[in-house]
Amino acid sequence: MCSLCGILGCDDHWTHSVDRPGVFTRNTDRHSRRSEGARRVAAANRVLSFRRVTLAEWQGTSYVVSNATGASTVFESFSHLWPEAETLAGREIDPLDDALIDWMEAR
Amino acid sequence: MISVTLLTGFLGSGKTTLLQRLLTDPGMARAAVLINEFGEVGLDHHLLDRIDDNVVLMKSGCICCTVRGEVADALMNLQSLRTRGEIDFDRVVIETTGLADPYPVLQTLRAHPVLRSHFENGGVLTTVDAVNAARQVEHRAEAVRQIAAADRIILTKTDLAQEAEIPALRATLSRINPSARVVTGSDATDAIVGRLDPSLPPLPDETEPDGHHRHHHNLNEDLGVVTFSMTIEERVDWTDFGIWLTLLLHRHGDRIFRFKGILAIEGEDRPVAVHGVQHLVHAPVHMEHWPDGPRVSRLVFILEGLDPEQIRRSFSAFMGLKQVKAVA
Repeated sequence: MCSLCGILGCDDHWTHSVDRPGVFTRNTDRHSRRSEGARRVAAANRVLSFRRVTLAEWQGTSYVVSNATGASTVFESFSHLWPEAETLAGREIDPLDDALIDWMEAR
Repeated sequence: MISVTLLTGFLGSGKTTLLQRLLTDPGMARAAVLINEFGEVGLDHHLLDRIDDNVVLMKSGCICCTVRGEVADALMNLQSLRTRGEIDFDRVVIETTGLADPYPVLQTLRAHPVLRSHFENGGVLTTVDAVNAARQVEHRAEAVRQIAAADRIILTKTDLAQEAEIPALRATLSRINPSARVVTGSDATDAIVGRLDPSLPPLPDETEPDGHHRHHHNLNEDLGVVTFSMTIEERVDWTDFGIWLTLLLHRHGDRIFRFKGILAIEGEDRPVAVHGVQHLVHAPVHMEHWPDGPRVSRLVFILEGLDPEQIRRSFSAFMGLKQVKAVA
């Protein structure tokens, strides 16, 4: 169940849509799903490192974000990544922020 | 899956008149229609009194405030009646109020745990009044949002408008939403009934009629609405793109009226089309082949109060790409 909205099984996110005709997704089989999930976590961590927050998959079904003090939150839907990460970071994460753009360019 | 078409448009732009015409069309015989009134008198209901029992009239007033619950309840009720065999329909048309932002309805369809298994987005049709639209666009953000969200724009009252003004209005509509097809007359009925080509409309040609190119257009200086395009020569990493777009929409989705793009994804032969409204992204479409023209990725945004150059810089930095150009 989603920890924010109480909806069961809500992680049908556009980045990894349920496989169906005409829809582009890498959520096609177990191997592709796990591989893409790992890439997604790595890509998110490149951004989150700007605020010293880290993301990990948790038991293959959920995510956990943690901050530098060790505080952490578990959530199920990928759509909740940024709100949860900002809460733990204590600050917003803005992709149009010059400092974040410079951070990403330097990586 | 049952297709849900959203019929929107500014106050007095001809939604109900269009619906009246539609409801006599044989192609609409198996449609359920949800109507949301705005105002004290159920005028629309009286206008539409020829409709059968499949029409549900919601007397709640403004859809902006109540749509999440009520549209969901109405659709659940329709689905329940259909499952019990009490009514039968194979499409739904929702007429929103003139002040409604289409995004909450689309989001309801996408996110509701039950509805998303039975109903799918059948497109947004926006009626635009040829007489008053130019003024509405200048002064009302709602009008711009409705046009920006459209998959098809239905130009109404063209018989009342000055003929000479229509090309200028079409140009304005094209700048607000370059990818929506503008239809009039009988094509409007076809647009809803579904006889028009359902494929994604083409991305805009960035060439101005005078042969010049521009990377963004000011649509409304008061509202700060611009359209902005960028092209990407290099292949795009799907995972990085997902991270960037989800973060951009999380932080600024309220000010991104519409976005649309075609992407050459790393490791994929066929292009992928993405599009969405505000915080909502539709399921990405794996296209069969590239449209005519250069096979480069392109993204188009309709923005309010955001700096296009900052979006281009951000995209380039997040994606680790060098060949990202504002279309120029």
